[in-house]
Amino acid sequence: MTTPTTDTTAAPAPARRSWLRDHSELGVCVLLLALGVLVLTDALTMDVDIAQRGPVGPKTVPVVVGAGLLVVAALLAVDVLRGGRGQAESGEDVDLSEPADWRTVLLLTGVFLGAAVLIEPLGFPVAGALLFWGAAYALGSRSFHRDPLIAAVLSLVTYAVFNNLLGVPLPGGPLMGVL
Amino acid sequence: MNALNSLMDGFGTALTPLNLLWAAVGVLLGTAIGVLPGIGPAMAVALLLPVTYGLDPVGAFIMFAGIYYGAMFGGSTTSILLNTPGESAAVVAAMEGNPMAKSGRGAQALAAAAVGHFAGGMVGTILLVALAPTVADLAVDIGAPDYFAIMVLAFIAVTSVLGSSRIRGMASLLIGLTIGLVGLDQMTGQQRLTFGSLQLADGIDVVIVAVGLFAIGEALWVAAHLRRRPAEPIPVGRPWLGRGDLKRTWKSWARGPFIGFPFGAIPAGGAEIPTFLSYVTEKRLSKHKDEWGKGAIEGVAGPESAASASAAGTLVSMLTLGLPTTAVAAVMLAAFQQYGIQPGPLLFEREPELVWGLIASLFVGMVLLLALNLPLAPVWAKLLRIPRPYLYAGILFFAAVGAYAVGGEVIDLVILLIIGLIGFGMRRYGLPVLPAVIGVILGPAAEQQLRRALQISDGSVTGLVDTPFSVIVYAVVVLLLAWPLVRRALPRKGART
Repeated sequence: MTTPTTDTTAAPAPARRSWLRDHSELGVCVLLLALGVLVLTDALTMDVDIAQRGPVGPKTVPVVVGAGLLVVAALLAVDVLRGGRGQAESGEDVDLSEPADWRTVLLLTGVFLGAAVLIEPLGFPVAGALLFWGAAYALGSRSFHRDPLIAAVLSLVTYAVFNNLLGVPLPGGPLMGVL
Repeated sequence: MNALNSLMDGFGTALTPLNLLWAAVGVLLGTAIGVLPGIGPAMAVALLLPVTYGLDPVGAFIMFAGIYYGAMFGGSTTSILLNTPGESAAVVAAMEGNPMAKSGRGAQALAAAAVGHFAGGMVGTILLVALAPTVADLAVDIGAPDYFAIMVLAFIAVTSVLGSSRIRGMASLLIGLTIGLVGLDQMTGQQRLTFGSLQLADGIDVVIVAVGLFAIGEALWVAAHLRRRPAEPIPVGRPWLGRGDLKRTWKSWARGPFIGFPFGAIPAGGAEIPTFLSYVTEKRLSKHKDEWGKGAIEGVAGPESAASASAAGTLVSMLTLGLPTTAVAAVMLAAFQQYGIQPGPLLFEREPELVWGLIASLFVGMVLLLALNLPLAPVWAKLLRIPRPYLYAGILFFAAVGAYAVGGEVIDLVILLIIGLIGFGMRRYGLPVLPAVIGVILGPAAEQQLRRALQISDGSVTGLVDTPFSVIVYAVVVLLLAWPLVRRALPRKGART
């Protein structure tokens, strides 16, 4: 298995950093490798009981998938070291000429997790509104009159449509208890 | 003429007022969401899955059919007016459509696309009616080894035909297969990759995987690279076609379906290849070669008709074999599984009302689409001006609604976010998303068929290749795998002589 970092330890620090940035895709190989090890470990430590029916047990496919992950991790590492690069996906609103804006991604992740935590205590209408407002704020919307209003209306309407019209239950929370 | 009778019954189902309403809602929602930049048909269907949770299966699938066709139509509007297609199938629509819009012929481009969709969808659905029952009849006799072979073909095709890098497609497929492994083994109840968690023992719901990869992954990816100034859509009036345009386009509309339909039915990436083939064909046959690249209307009409017909072709393999050939079909298959319905050859016998109602509603949906889209095009075009923070915040919002609605569990939202982050990473490093989704959906089914086949053959591997059908399918698989080697060998041979 290729270990991506060891062969660069001799290089001076700045050069090494730029090498790592150019070859950041090796991180994907490491993740695939880790996933493969995880799947294989899980499969091999499985104590298959007598319940097995047929010649192929519950272990076989995980072993194949795990081994496949290891092989693909190695092949991908070879490809990256030879200069192969995965093409970042383009899209209508995607501008690849700018460097990635990690702050926005982190903010969005945080907002999403926050909403997930709040959905049971506060109910969907409040948590959903916070999610929408927070996400819009993270994405650069700064209209402090319009944003909360849109968020509240969207969340309430969605709650009413799903809960009352479509028969998909969502938690109302204390707010719906009051109304 | 059994199929015709069944189709008539299907119209009886599809034309009830309530089902007609679902079809109309589906078409409108599908078009609106498809027009929104950044949302392709697959994400549209995934995001709208929870809307149908409370409906009966017939109503739900009638709505889905409307969403599918509507989203495809909406996508071409975006390419024509914005010139930044979000998905590969819409690239071709932008090549001629956008220059047309720039030179003030946007209305004609939209009309050519709309009628193209209608024509392609009609011909495609008629072919579906004619072929699907026959395919289902033939497929009734195929057994576990054949199914396994078909699924292997789907895995290989989705990783090697699509995308630029096979190894990255393979990586994506394996990630999907791994996610599919989580939970209790279907045959023995053995826990796999659950790490003792009760929540994971039920497995990860396919809907959450689809919404995570398509919606959250995309929203985060766009957020990281959001254009500071979104592209300005070109203003457009009501679509119409003059007599001269009609003369040029009707043949393209007629040719498109016969290119699109077969490609939709095989696992070769849905509309991507046929739209391009149609484009090339139309260019070759055109009498106005000088206009190509500057806005030739045939270049919109043909490919759009092919794209729409390929959607119908996709439904053939999805309904008769349970084989999803595109991302949308994969999500629809997940929806079938939600209702505990297994698409396959027996579907036509077991759920005739559902299948024929669905097929009939395709016709209804197409008529509705044409009737709605021609007059409403200027309204749809306004959707392109939606502020991007609202758009992507809305995607996150509805993704959360959908994941939470699956089971009412907070942990599902966390899993959704994690899968979304995986989707983000995959977009960053060029791993295609479709193989992962196909892996999650087909992986468990493939394992079951494999084990069933080996059970029948008592563990002998020859049990996997003991039918002519499976041998043929594996031959195709080998061909697909060997193709790059063959192609590499060919020019060398040419150079030697």
